This record gives sequence, structure tokens and C-alpha cells, in this order.
Amino acid sequence: MTRHYSALSVLKEGMRGQKGWAQAWRSPQPAKRYAVVIIGGGGQGLATAYYLAKTHGVKRIVVIERGWLGGGNTGRNTTAIRSNYYYPESTELYDLSLRLYETLGRDLNYNIMLSQRGMMQIVSSPGEMEMAARQVNAMQLNGVQAELLDRAEVQRRVPIYNYAPDARYPVYGAIFQARAGIARHDAVAWGYARAADALGVDIIQQCEVQGFVVEGGRCVGVQTSRGEIRADRVGMAVAGSSGVMAEKAGFRLPITSYTLQACVSEPVKPIFDTVLVSPMTGAYVSQSDKGEMVIGGGLDRVPSYGQRGNLPQLETVLSGVLEMFPIFRQLRLLRQWGGTVDVTPDSSPIFGESPLPGLYINGGWGTGGFKAIPAGGTLFAHILASGGHHPISAPFDLNRFRTGHLLDEAAGAGIAH
Amino acid sequence: MQLFTCPFCGPRPETEFHFGGDAGNARPGAEASATDWTDYLFFRHNRKGVAREIWMHLSCREAFLMERDTVTHAVTATHALGSEA
Repeated sequence: MTRHYSALSVLKEGMRGQKGWAQAWRSPQPAKRYAVVIIGGGGQGLATAYYLAKTHGVKRIVVIERGWLGGGNTGRNTTAIRSNYYYPESTELYDLSLRLYETLGRDLNYNIMLSQRGMMQIVSSPGEMEMAARQVNAMQLNGVQAELLDRAEVQRRVPIYNYAPDARYPVYGAIFQARAGIARHDAVAWGYARAADALGVDIIQQCEVQGFVVEGGRCVGVQTSRGEIRADRVGMAVAGSSGVMAEKAGFRLPITSYTLQACVSEPVKPIFDTVLVSPMTGAYVSQSDKGEMVIGGGLDRVPSYGQRGNLPQLETVLSGVLEMFPIFRQLRLLRQWGGTVDVTPDSSPIFGESPLPGLYINGGWGTGGFKAIPAGGTLFAHILASGGHHPISAPFDLNRFRTGHLLDEAAGAGIAH
Repeated sequence: MQLFTCPFCGPRPETEFHFGGDAGNARPGAEASATDWTDYLFFRHNRKGVAREIWMHLSCREAFLMERDTVTHAVTATHALGSEA
């Protein structure tokens, strides 16, 4: 059976009629007991399992997924990867993630189709231009390369943008991070799943966690639709369902679940070769390898677990896109969808032990979990292996909401949510 | 466009309304502990399914109570606030 993916194996299998490819991952029966149970088979959960096995040598890990792998926000986001944050704590986290993404295809032996085409954040007034300079300076001080582009340079790089004299939001310049880009989101989930499986991790799909097994005030396992599974440590990486899991575990979180929508146009020839966001129009766009314009924007304003989205926000985002790119008026919309994102008051994630000892949280990523998958997995694996924080995850402990050490990255998110 | 029923103005587009948090999240007194205070400020029920929430109709600036389903988005009732805010 062929397990390793390479040009040579593609050639060999092609000559044998593609009959010899090994299954990418198993679907085993869950055991009664594991060292670590991870709830949630999205990018964060699967990456956590992979790094637990790879970096920390933990045996007997299980990932439990209610639906299918990467079927939540991992498969619903707009695949942008960037580390253009303001605070040093955020930069440590998100730039670690970007660095890991840069070698992830090789590390996992799975093509995640990373394309570092840069990300441009349009600036639309002289006052904003000063704030943009501050942002670029902050990024450079934090060790992340960034450029402040003037209007002429933006126009040279993105000629199809709206530079009309009567444009609602004129272009004064842009913040540009050249290392930012996009990747194939499903491939990130599948790549981690395949690599984790190869290291012995059990991945159980179609298995719902219905409750927690608590003994002596400590979480010692989970009740699932396929029986009780016990573990030394339980981790949850369930994004929009964080509040639902927290209720089952008997505590509340500083999280509100909202719908974040996205949509794609019909595919067209290559016309746009970066990721571009305009905070003023509240929309961002990139062009996928298939040629579709991938479009995203701010949150729906109504808290929801609906995974579909309301029309007013879609109208706002599409109006913004047409203001930015009048040429896209001719495009037809192909698909629209929504995901349930777990939004914290300071737009920063939550890591660490939950109020129920033995149960650990990786969540609160809000609108930005995909870009953070490799770092989130690395840090959560450290937490689940050691029971304590990694230096990079420590500022993101749930306790920050008790002590007042919030990391207000609302401005760093690019879109005002 | 979904219509929410303001108890004062009747059915109006959802864009005229602002979410105000869980119903029953009473502001603690001056003597409250840090835990009670941060519970009030940050921690949420975030219920999946039937929820009781405070909303504001931005046009008339009145806050009111709305019972709705956070999955189906069906609104079952809206009330003017009594003592339960």
C-alpha cells in the first residue's frame, strides 16, 4: 500500500491504476480509556492530537467529532492566514502559527496549498493613515515584517480597485504583510488527521459528547453517543459549541456565539493576486485557486447557532465588495454559507484549564481560528501534556477575565465585528 | 430580513435592534466581589435553543425582553421590561 505522498508515488500509482493508495485515516471503535480525549475534530482538535503524539510522545489519544472532520468552522472560513496583530502577546501566538504553516505541507506530507500572496489592509483617510503607521511600527517592533504602502503603490499592485475621485472610501494607502496568504482549509484538517492517525491517534467521527464524567470534582472522561470514554485529561476545541459544552460541564464562559458568513462567486480567470480587506466597507476578498472570489465580512448582529446567516449582513458585505471592486458587478454569486463562531469580549482566544478541573479549553477564536490552527494545536498539546501553560498561551488564560488583563485585539481583527 | 416586534413600535426590521445580553443579568452592587462583578460583565449563558435576552430597539431607544430560539431564529415573545431586567 502507498502511504507517502510524492511525485514518485503519484507516478507509481498511476501506472498501477490507482489501486494501491492506503486509507488516509482509520475509523476505529473507541476504547474505554485514553490518556487524552479531545472533543472536536476540526483543525484545532486534530492539530492538538498531532502535536500531542509527535512533540510530547503521548500514546492513547482520541479525537471525538460529532459530525465530520473539518465540517465546522475549519471548512467554513475564508482561509486567510496572517499575523498582522498589534499586541506582543497576539503576535507571539499568530506569528508562531504563520511560521508553522510555512513548513506544514512538508511536516504533514500533505499539500495544504499555502499561497503567501500577501494581505493588504486599505486605509481610507489621513487619520487612519497615522494609525496604520502605528500598526506597521508595532508589527515591526514585534518582529513581524510589514510595509506601509502609499496610494500609488496600492494602485500599482491592485489596479482593479476603485480609485474613482467620487469613491465612497478613497484609498490613502495600505498596510501590507507579504507573508500572509491563504491555504486549502480542508487539506489542513485532513493533513493533520492523516498525520495524527499515522502516529496512532484514534479519530472517531459521528460521535456526540453528551456529558462529562465527574468524580471527586474532577473531569475524568466523557459520556458519548457511543458509550463512556475515560481519560486522564479532557480537552475541548469546539469553537461555536463552546457554550453548549460549558453548560454540560456546569460553568459559563465569556463567549457569545454568532454567525459569520462567507460566500464565493462563480470562478473566473486570475485577476486578483492578494488578500485585500477594507475596514471601512467591512469586507474582504481573495481569489481561490479555482478562480472564485472568496468574500467575507463582519459578524451577523444577532447571536445565533444557526450556521446559515441573515440577509442584512450579506447585503452589507456585498455592497462593500462592489464599492471596492466595481468590476465584480458582473460576477454571479455561487454559494453562501455561515459558521458559528465563539466571540470573546476582547477578540482573543481562551486557553487553559476550565473551571471544571481535568477539562481544558481551546476556544474563543471568534472569527480567526483557522489562521491559528498550528499554533493552537501546539500550545493546547503542551497544556494537555503538562497540565500547565506554555509561555505563549499563558496570557490567554480564562482567568484574564477575572483579573482584568484583557487583550483587546478588536482593532487587530481587520474587520470591526 | 427578519422582523422583530418591539413592544412599543410593533414589527420592525432586525437591523433596527441591538443585542443587550442575557435577561436576568442584574448589575451587582458596589460591594460585589471581583468574581460577581466579572460574572456580570463577561460571562454568558450563550444558550443554544430557547433563550431569554434583553434587546434594544435603536429607533425608540427602549430596551425590552425577547424570547427566541438561537438555532431557528423563531421569536416566541417580546415584553416590555418589568422588574426582571
